[in-house]
Amino acid sequence: MRNPLSNKVTALEPSGIRKFFDIVSEMPDAISLGVGEPDFDTPWHIRKEGITSLEKGRTFYTSNLGLKELRTEICSYLKRRYGLSYVWNKQILVTVGGSEAIDMALRAMLNSGDEVIIPQPSYVSYLPCTVMADGVPVILELEEKDNFKVTREKLLGCITPKTKVLIMPFPNNPTGSIMTKEDLEDIVDIIIENDIYVISDEIYSELSYKGDHVSIASLPGMYDRTIVINGFSKSFAMTGWRLGYAAGPELIIEQMVKLHQYAIMCAPTTSQYAAVQALRNGEDDVEMMRDAYNQRRRYLLSCMREMNLECFEPFGAFYIFPNIKRLGMSSDEFALRLLKEEKVAVVPGTAFGKCGEGFIRISYAYSLDNLKTAIERVKHFINRLDLGE
Amino acid sequence: MREEILRIIEKNAKISIEDLAKLLGEDPVKVAEEIDAMEKESIICGYHTLINWEKTDKEQVVGMIEVRVTPQKEQGFDKIAESIYQHKEVKAVYLMSGAYDFTVILECASMRDVARFVSEKLSAMDSVLSTATHFVLKKYKDHGTVIVNRKSDERILVTP
Repeated sequence: MRNPLSNKVTALEPSGIRKFFDIVSEMPDAISLGVGEPDFDTPWHIRKEGITSLEKGRTFYTSNLGLKELRTEICSYLKRRYGLSYVWNKQILVTVGGSEAIDMALRAMLNSGDEVIIPQPSYVSYLPCTVMADGVPVILELEEKDNFKVTREKLLGCITPKTKVLIMPFPNNPTGSIMTKEDLEDIVDIIIENDIYVISDEIYSELSYKGDHVSIASLPGMYDRTIVINGFSKSFAMTGWRLGYAAGPELIIEQMVKLHQYAIMCAPTTSQYAAVQALRNGEDDVEMMRDAYNQRRRYLLSCMREMNLECFEPFGAFYIFPNIKRLGMSSDEFALRLLKEEKVAVVPGTAFGKCGEGFIRISYAYSLDNLKTAIERVKHFINRLDLGE
Repeated sequence: MREEILRIIEKNAKISIEDLAKLLGEDPVKVAEEIDAMEKESIICGYHTLINWEKTDKEQVVGMIEVRVTPQKEQGFDKIAESIYQHKEVKAVYLMSGAYDFTVILECASMRDVARFVSEKLSAMDSVLSTATHFVLKKYKDHGTVIVNRKSDERILVTP
């Protein structure tokens, strides 16, 4: 028989996080600090709206782009929160999570050989999606000394005549780093001069602990060259509903819609009705969750100090990214030993790019009790290492 | 800082000063002082435990009584409330708007004890016009905490 597989797919690396997951799932009594989703349930009034839509028999497809009510709510939300104006029926595409929007945006924009600058450590899908869209990934290595932000020097170092797209993953998973308005202003002239488009993954925008999040699309000259990706998973604790969206220039959205209509048809209808409710009446819930995350963030940072683990202060998402280099082992080794010896799962930084070496990702999407127990074990582990065990 | 302290300890009175300080990113000494001050100012009025008595052997009946009163001369609602809340079986007294004046919450060992309290103590007061007694059959949620069906973490252990 012939090989049934595509060479391109076969050559893709499986996600490092999946490999680690396989090991963790063999250990049912492990405490995890490894999840990338909120510990809160979706607020009840939002769930109820999903239930009601089912009761009313709203079980049909929506338009390819998404429900009109939802797209208009998304427009008023983006205007209200980030000062971004979009036309609801031309510039918004409702997708199956932010991750679909990333894939569609790259496929809609790239020609074979176009280069995409991907800052790492970052979410696992930018690179494979670029490869599948025939783009060439160019890794921009974020560094702790820059607080894991994209700097002018780093950006300039990655640009070539073939550069077409820059991914901007802020607030960042796994580092928790954010880019403030000033940080963004510092690089936009380079983006504009080099005629680069930006895919700005702002899925964690509501989880910003140092003033409100600023979208790069709101800066002068950036609106027409930015696709903003956002969604409901992190802000409204709706990961399982699989709902996100892309907002951007009509020219690009129009092409993304084609891909979306052939591959997906439309995002889940039940989720779309629930999301309308989230945007209309969910602001208090977001604030409550943000406050809780912020407390845990401070808690973990002070625990890191107690353990004498260097950790830059993150102001976004729900992760801290401590530096474990002083312990003289690789991220993988650290994570594996911590799991085997203390039964705590964290994710090695390398799961988010080679330059994540020397770091681990700790999620604080857990109750305080859970964090306390897990951190006690991490402390025990580090104490033992410090004593030379 | 005060409001944030209160919001945390309202949910978890048992939290240590050290943990509280970490959550707030503040100095433990300052947090302890703030709590002391709020206790002195009676902003913090006590620390209690939320117990699901149904899971114990103790027999207990919770009654909620709607009470209508006529304030007596030189005796406002506050005075009447005081003569109600002084009884040790009374757990809560609220002055209400609407069709009746007080809600009184009682915890007694039996329904008969509740009945005795209403007939002998409450109704015997000059200012009490009428009472309507209700019994709590089941508590689902108390003090913002769901008592039944506590669920566990069903998330996948590691996700990107």
